[in-house]
Amino acid sequence: MDVILLLEQLLNGLQLGIMLFLIAAGLTLIFGVMGLINLAHGSLYMIGAFACAAVATWSGSFWLGLMASLTFAAAAGALIEVVIMRRLYHREHLDQVLATFALILICSEGTRWLFGSFPLYLDVPDIFYGAVNLFGVLQYSRYRLFIIVIGLFTALCIYLLINKTRIGMRIRAGAADRQMTAALGINISLLYTLVFALGAALAGFSGALVGSIQSVEVGMGEPVLILAFVVVVIGGIGSIRGALVGALLVGMVDTLGRGYLPQILQLLLDPVFANTLGAALSSIAIYLLMIVILVFKPKGLFPAHG
Amino acid sequence: MSEKMLNRALLSLLIIAPWLAHWIDEPYYVSLATRIAILALAGVGLNIALGLGGMVSFGHAAFFGIGGYVTGILASHALNYEPLFSGIFAMSGSTQMLFIWPIAMLVGAIAAIFIGLLSLRTSGVYFIMITLAFAQMIYYFSISWPNYGGEDGLPIYLRNSFPGVNTLQPIQFFMICCTILLITLWGVSRLQDSRFGNALKALRQNETRVAAVGISPLGIKLAAFVISAMITALAGSLFADLNRFVSPTMFSWHTSGQIMIFVILGGIGRLYGPVAGAIMFILCEALLGSWTEYWQFFLGLLLLWVVLFARGGLIGLLCGDKAHD
Repeated sequence: MDVILLLEQLLNGLQLGIMLFLIAAGLTLIFGVMGLINLAHGSLYMIGAFACAAVATWSGSFWLGLMASLTFAAAAGALIEVVIMRRLYHREHLDQVLATFALILICSEGTRWLFGSFPLYLDVPDIFYGAVNLFGVLQYSRYRLFIIVIGLFTALCIYLLINKTRIGMRIRAGAADRQMTAALGINISLLYTLVFALGAALAGFSGALVGSIQSVEVGMGEPVLILAFVVVVIGGIGSIRGALVGALLVGMVDTLGRGYLPQILQLLLDPVFANTLGAALSSIAIYLLMIVILVFKPKGLFPAHG
Repeated sequence: MSEKMLNRALLSLLIIAPWLAHWIDEPYYVSLATRIAILALAGVGLNIALGLGGMVSFGHAAFFGIGGYVTGILASHALNYEPLFSGIFAMSGSTQMLFIWPIAMLVGAIAAIFIGLLSLRTSGVYFIMITLAFAQMIYYFSISWPNYGGEDGLPIYLRNSFPGVNTLQPIQFFMICCTILLITLWGVSRLQDSRFGNALKALRQNETRVAAVGISPLGIKLAAFVISAMITALAGSLFADLNRFVSPTMFSWHTSGQIMIFVILGGIGRLYGPVAGAIMFILCEALLGSWTEYWQFFLGLLLLWVVLFARGGLIGLLCGDKAHD
């Protein structure tokens, strides 16, 4: 097998994994701290991408767009939390699923109303055009490399925020025992709004980053949302560490599966059939992975609460 | 208003309206009513798992789609004169509904046994997500597998037939769907009050206690899940015949969400909840859809309002709280 191609696929898998981690981190935090299943997380991803595309087109600056994606998604998240989510914390999961499903309808159609059905395009700044030479052998897209670097940096920031700061300590305390945390005089509802806005900002940010590779369109959040849920469930709901491991696992399995499964099957089967089967199997590989993991570890790889 | 009266009113509305439409020669409204009956049937199926058993399955689109694809595949083999299997288990396609329905339900049941056995090991959010994952798996498989249309879906050139009925006539096909819905409602009402139904309802409330009196939770839950899936698969088969087309959309998670919406809009755990929910949903779709292109926006608002403020759904709103079961 071609080593250079394998290296490139590994980097692509890493890039997908990092992006998934940014989305899944918010999702798993929101679940861990508030006990809320948020299907509308994909909508926040979409809002971030649209905010970035709109502001970048208006101002001509990609960086302003990125800032806008963070701000808009965080603001939308805070608004949604204060107006709607607060009423859902004590409800059954079924109610949460439905209410956030309704939110998806509202956000998607609302965005379609504002921006129309045509996809927007988001140009990357000039310095990210073209490829960069890695290890002397591999030509790799500068922009994808930028995504990997900024994603790793953000992941590090999340780690430091959660594990080394006072606010992170409060978030962890809220996840472990919300009544006790409230009893110690911490403003729980403010903390919840903050966590939700943080998760929303991360989702919006990754939406803006990925928006330049793909197109920015209504419904772009849904496939990603389901992938992020797979990540969260594999990692163990509520666990940031689990989300990181799950995201990298899903990113790698998906990318390598699509790249290599048809080839591997060709060694065993008739080539045409192997291609068809390989394509079909690689599109469901991550779900198979999730099911296998859940069968053996029904609470994910890193169960958050004991 | 008592729940019984409301149920009767809903059923009469569902049966009389299409006949009126047929009488004034408006086949569109007949097919609208057929859609309602079929989707209500899917909801009645889900309600067994969701309302009675408390199993929040976010993957019932899998069974709905399986019913649809079984119908489409059998019909396409029959219409193209290709045998489905050759060899010892030789089998040709069919365009007979009476043959297609049991096959659709059987395949749905086999899938449900498999999915149920693996999913029921988990609970809570994990159950929601693993059922969703199974449905997504089938969804992506149906898109990437090129036989039977792949992403483009599979047309059924001629609606399948039923002895003594001209299924191509909208009102006659409606009567078939409506009759199945009525029979199913009757069956489920018997099931609810049976020993099995009581055990299932008890399981929803407290699994440990049920296990303590000597009833194995897994068997009951699995049986309920399978029955629920079979009814939804039957609805999927009828839906395929209604549209004369099956596509991967039937497997999509939006379909799962939609079936769930019928149950919730109407009132979860109530026998006629899905009927009320489907009537309301389809009428909203038709009314809002004729008024604005962005009808899903308003549907979302309505749904959000129901979840946040009207927790018993439509029937709960009109009839007050459900009697304790």
